[in-house]
Amino acid sequence: MAIEVRIPTILRNYTDGEKAVSADGASLSALIDDLEANHPGIKDRLIENGDLRRFVNVYVNDEDVRFIGGLEAELSDGDQVVVLPAVAGG
Amino acid sequence: MLTIDRATYDGIVAHAKRDHPDEACGVVAGPEGSDRPERLVEMVNAAGSPTFYEFDSTDLFQLYKEMDQNDEEPVVVYHSHTATEAYPSRTDIGLASEPGAHYVLVSTREHGNNEGPVEFRSYRIVDGEVTEEEVTVVDELTASN
Repeated sequence: MAIEVRIPTILRNYTDGEKAVSADGASLSALIDDLEANHPGIKDRLIENGDLRRFVNVYVNDEDVRFIGGLEAELSDGDQVVVLPAVAGG
Repeated sequence: MLTIDRATYDGIVAHAKRDHPDEACGVVAGPEGSDRPERLVEMVNAAGSPTFYEFDSTDLFQLYKEMDQNDEEPVVVYHSHTATEAYPSRTDIGLASEPGAHYVLVSTREHGNNEGPVEFRSYRIVDGEVTEEEVTVVDELTASN
Protein backbone atom coordinates (compact mmCIF):
# COMPACT_ATOMS: atom_id res chain seq x y z
CA MET A 1 0.00 0.00 0.00
CA ALA A 2 1.34 3.43 -0.89
CA ILE A 3 -0.07 6.81 -0.13
CA GLU A 4 1.57 9.96 -1.40
CA VAL A 5 1.96 12.64 1.24
CA ARG A 6 2.68 16.19 0.10
CA ILE A 7 4.90 18.01 2.57
CA PRO A 8 4.79 21.80 3.00
CA THR A 9 8.00 23.88 2.83
CA ILE A 10 8.13 24.39 6.58
CA LEU A 11 8.25 20.63 7.28
CA ARG A 12 10.68 19.61 4.55
CA ASN A 13 13.56 19.64 7.00
CA TYR A 14 12.08 16.32 8.19
CA THR A 15 12.02 14.85 4.69
CA ASP A 16 15.48 15.81 3.40
CA GLY A 17 13.87 18.55 1.38
CA GLU A 18 11.46 16.20 -0.40
CA LYS A 19 8.16 17.79 -1.46
CA ALA A 20 6.35 14.46 -1.32
CA VAL A 21 7.01 11.19 0.45
CA SER A 22 5.32 7.82 0.41
CA ALA A 23 3.76 6.32 3.53
CA ASP A 24 1.37 3.58 4.63
CA GLY A 25 -1.62 3.43 6.91
CA ALA A 26 -5.26 2.43 6.94
CA SER A 27 -6.16 5.62 8.78
CA LEU A 28 -4.65 9.09 9.00
CA SER A 29 -3.48 8.26 12.51
CA ALA A 30 -1.63 5.14 11.29
CA LEU A 31 -0.21 7.09 8.36
CA ILE A 32 1.24 9.72 10.68
CA ASP A 33 2.83 6.99 12.83
CA ASP A 34 4.39 5.54 9.70
CA LEU A 35 5.65 8.99 8.66
CA GLU A 36 7.16 9.41 12.12
CA ALA A 37 9.02 6.09 11.80
CA ASN A 38 10.80 7.36 8.69
CA HIS A 39 10.93 11.07 9.47
CA PRO A 40 11.37 11.37 13.23
CA GLY A 41 9.98 14.55 14.74
CA ILE A 42 7.32 15.20 12.12
CA LYS A 43 4.47 13.77 14.22
CA ASP A 44 4.89 16.40 16.89
CA ARG A 45 4.45 19.10 14.24
CA LEU A 46 1.13 17.60 13.18
CA ILE A 47 -0.39 16.38 16.42
CA GLU A 48 -0.88 17.94 19.81
CA ASN A 49 -2.57 16.27 22.78
CA GLY A 50 -3.72 13.40 20.61
CA ASP A 51 -5.46 15.55 18.02
CA LEU A 52 -4.50 17.36 14.84
CA ARG A 53 -2.95 20.72 15.61
CA ARG A 54 -5.40 23.58 15.26
CA PHE A 55 -3.30 25.37 12.63
CA VAL A 56 -2.34 22.38 10.52
CA ASN A 57 -4.66 21.35 7.71
CA VAL A 58 -4.60 17.86 6.26
CA TYR A 59 -6.50 16.93 3.12
CA VAL A 60 -7.28 13.49 1.75
CA ASN A 61 -8.08 13.55 -1.96
CA ASP A 62 -8.97 17.26 -1.80
CA GLU A 63 -11.15 16.95 1.34
CA ASP A 64 -10.23 18.58 4.64
CA VAL A 65 -9.91 15.61 7.02
CA ARG A 66 -11.80 17.52 9.70
CA PHE A 67 -14.92 16.82 7.64
CA ILE A 68 -14.19 13.12 7.12
CA GLY A 69 -13.25 11.80 10.54
CA GLY A 70 -10.06 13.64 11.44
CA LEU A 71 -7.32 11.27 12.58
CA GLU A 72 -9.71 8.35 12.10
CA ALA A 73 -10.24 9.19 8.42
CA GLU A 74 -9.83 5.99 6.41
CA LEU A 75 -7.17 5.75 3.74
CA SER A 76 -6.67 3.39 0.84
CA ASP A 77 -3.97 2.61 -1.63
CA GLY A 78 -3.44 5.44 -4.10
CA ASP A 79 -4.94 8.17 -1.92
CA GLN A 80 -3.22 11.50 -1.87
CA VAL A 81 -2.66 13.30 1.41
CA VAL A 82 -1.71 16.98 1.46
CA VAL A 83 -0.45 18.79 4.55
CA LEU A 84 -0.75 22.58 4.60
CA PRO A 85 -0.12 24.86 7.55
CA ALA A 86 -2.94 27.33 8.07
CA VAL A 87 -2.30 30.83 6.80
CA ALA A 88 -3.49 32.76 9.81
CA GLY A 89 -2.52 35.37 12.35
CA GLY A 90 -3.78 38.23 14.42
CA MET B 1 14.01 43.90 0.02
CA LEU B 2 10.52 43.58 -1.43
CA THR B 3 10.09 44.94 -4.95
CA ILE B 4 6.45 45.25 -5.92
CA ASP B 5 4.65 46.95 -8.78
CA ARG B 6 2.32 49.87 -8.20
CA ALA B 7 -0.87 48.09 -9.33
CA THR B 8 -0.32 45.19 -6.91
CA TYR B 9 0.59 47.56 -4.08
CA ASP B 10 -2.57 49.58 -4.73
CA GLY B 11 -4.62 46.38 -4.94
CA ILE B 12 -3.47 45.26 -1.49
CA VAL B 13 -4.18 48.69 0.00
CA ALA B 14 -7.64 48.81 -1.61
CA HIS B 15 -8.46 45.35 -0.25
CA ALA B 16 -7.40 46.36 3.26
CA LYS B 17 -9.50 49.55 3.11
CA ARG B 18 -12.51 47.72 1.75
CA ASP B 19 -12.49 45.07 4.48
CA HIS B 20 -11.79 47.47 7.34
CA PRO B 21 -12.64 47.14 10.26
CA ASP B 22 -12.07 43.41 9.69
CA GLU B 23 -8.63 42.19 8.75
CA ALA B 24 -8.04 41.56 5.04
CA CYS B 25 -5.67 38.84 3.83
CA GLY B 26 -4.26 37.33 0.68
CA VAL B 27 -1.15 36.37 -1.24
CA VAL B 28 0.76 37.54 -4.26
CA ALA B 29 1.95 34.50 -6.15
CA GLY B 30 4.94 34.45 -8.44
CA PRO B 31 7.06 31.96 -10.38
CA GLU B 32 8.98 29.61 -8.05
CA GLY B 33 12.35 31.01 -7.09
CA SER B 34 11.77 34.30 -8.91
CA ASP B 35 10.98 36.52 -5.90
CA ARG B 36 8.57 38.35 -8.22
CA PRO B 37 5.12 39.06 -6.80
CA GLU B 38 3.04 38.88 -9.99
CA ARG B 39 -0.45 37.56 -9.28
CA LEU B 40 -2.54 39.13 -6.54
CA VAL B 41 -4.97 36.69 -4.96
CA GLU B 42 -7.38 38.23 -2.45
CA MET B 43 -8.51 35.65 0.07
CA VAL B 44 -11.60 35.64 2.27
CA ASN B 45 -10.84 36.09 5.95
CA ALA B 46 -12.73 33.06 7.26
CA ALA B 47 -12.40 34.48 10.78
CA GLY B 48 -14.22 37.68 9.70
CA SER B 49 -12.60 39.46 12.61
CA PRO B 50 -10.93 42.79 13.42
CA THR B 51 -8.23 40.97 15.38
CA PHE B 52 -7.65 37.69 13.55
CA TYR B 53 -7.38 36.33 10.04
CA GLU B 54 -7.37 32.85 8.63
CA PHE B 55 -7.69 31.56 5.06
CA ASP B 56 -10.65 29.21 4.72
CA SER B 57 -9.22 25.68 4.62
CA THR B 58 -10.87 24.75 1.31
CA ASP B 59 -9.78 28.03 -0.31
CA LEU B 60 -6.26 27.44 1.02
CA PHE B 61 -6.17 24.02 -0.60
CA GLN B 62 -7.41 25.36 -3.94
CA LEU B 63 -4.88 28.18 -3.83
CA TYR B 64 -1.92 25.86 -3.22
CA LYS B 65 -3.15 23.43 -5.85
CA GLU B 66 -3.39 26.26 -8.36
CA MET B 67 0.07 27.60 -7.47
CA ASP B 68 1.48 24.09 -7.74
CA GLN B 69 0.00 23.65 -11.23
CA ASN B 70 1.41 27.04 -12.30
CA ASP B 71 4.86 26.40 -10.73
CA GLU B 72 4.22 29.34 -8.47
CA GLU B 73 4.84 30.02 -4.81
CA PRO B 74 3.48 32.60 -2.38
CA VAL B 75 6.00 35.42 -2.83
CA VAL B 76 3.99 37.76 -0.59
CA VAL B 77 1.59 36.84 2.22
CA TYR B 78 -0.30 39.94 3.33
CA HIS B 79 -2.84 40.92 5.93
CA SER B 80 -4.05 44.08 7.57
CA HIS B 81 -4.14 45.34 11.10
CA THR B 82 -7.10 47.60 11.63
CA ALA B 83 -6.39 49.12 15.05
CA THR B 84 -2.67 48.64 15.57
CA GLU B 85 0.58 49.31 13.76
CA ALA B 86 1.74 47.37 10.71
CA TYR B 87 4.06 45.13 12.71
CA PRO B 88 3.68 41.33 13.12
CA SER B 89 1.79 40.39 16.28
CA ARG B 90 2.90 37.51 18.48
CA THR B 91 0.25 35.37 16.80
CA ASP B 92 1.53 36.36 13.35
CA ILE B 93 5.03 35.32 14.32
CA GLY B 94 3.93 32.05 15.92
CA LEU B 95 1.89 31.00 12.90
CA ALA B 96 4.17 32.21 10.11
CA SER B 97 4.91 29.13 8.04
CA GLU B 98 6.37 30.41 4.78
CA PRO B 99 10.03 31.16 5.53
CA GLY B 100 10.60 32.17 1.90
CA ALA B 101 7.76 34.70 1.75
CA HIS B 102 7.64 38.42 2.30
CA TYR B 103 5.09 39.04 5.04
CA VAL B 104 3.37 42.33 4.22
CA LEU B 105 1.45 44.16 6.93
CA VAL B 106 -0.87 47.05 6.14
CA SER B 107 -2.42 49.18 8.86
CA THR B 108 -5.73 50.88 8.22
CA ARG B 109 -5.97 52.30 11.73
CA GLU B 110 -5.69 55.92 10.62
CA HIS B 111 -8.15 56.27 7.76
CA GLY B 112 -10.22 53.08 7.87
CA ASN B 113 -12.34 52.71 4.75
CA ASN B 114 -11.50 56.22 3.57
CA GLU B 115 -8.91 57.74 1.30
CA GLY B 116 -5.58 58.48 2.86
CA PRO B 117 -2.18 56.92 3.35
CA VAL B 118 -1.71 53.56 5.05
CA GLU B 119 1.31 51.99 6.67
CA PHE B 120 2.65 49.33 4.29
CA ARG B 121 5.59 47.35 5.67
CA SER B 122 7.29 44.08 4.83
CA TYR B 123 9.07 41.45 6.94
CA ARG B 124 10.77 38.12 6.80
CA ILE B 125 9.58 35.80 9.56
CA VAL B 126 11.85 32.78 10.00
CA ASP B 127 11.91 30.53 13.07
CA GLY B 128 10.13 33.14 15.15
CA GLU B 129 12.53 35.89 14.14
CA VAL B 130 11.22 39.04 12.47
CA THR B 131 13.37 41.10 10.13
CA GLU B 132 11.91 44.20 8.56
CA GLU B 133 12.93 44.92 4.98
CA GLU B 134 12.71 47.82 2.60
CA VAL B 135 9.75 48.06 0.20
CA THR B 136 10.41 49.40 -3.29
CA VAL B 137 7.41 50.22 -5.42
CA VAL B 138 8.05 50.25 -9.16
CA ASP B 139 5.78 51.18 -12.06
CA GLU B 140 6.20 47.75 -13.56
CA LEU B 141 8.18 44.64 -12.70
CA THR B 142 10.84 44.24 -15.37
CA ALA B 143 13.56 41.66 -15.90
CA SER B 144 16.10 43.89 -14.17
CA ASN B 145 14.17 44.65 -11.00
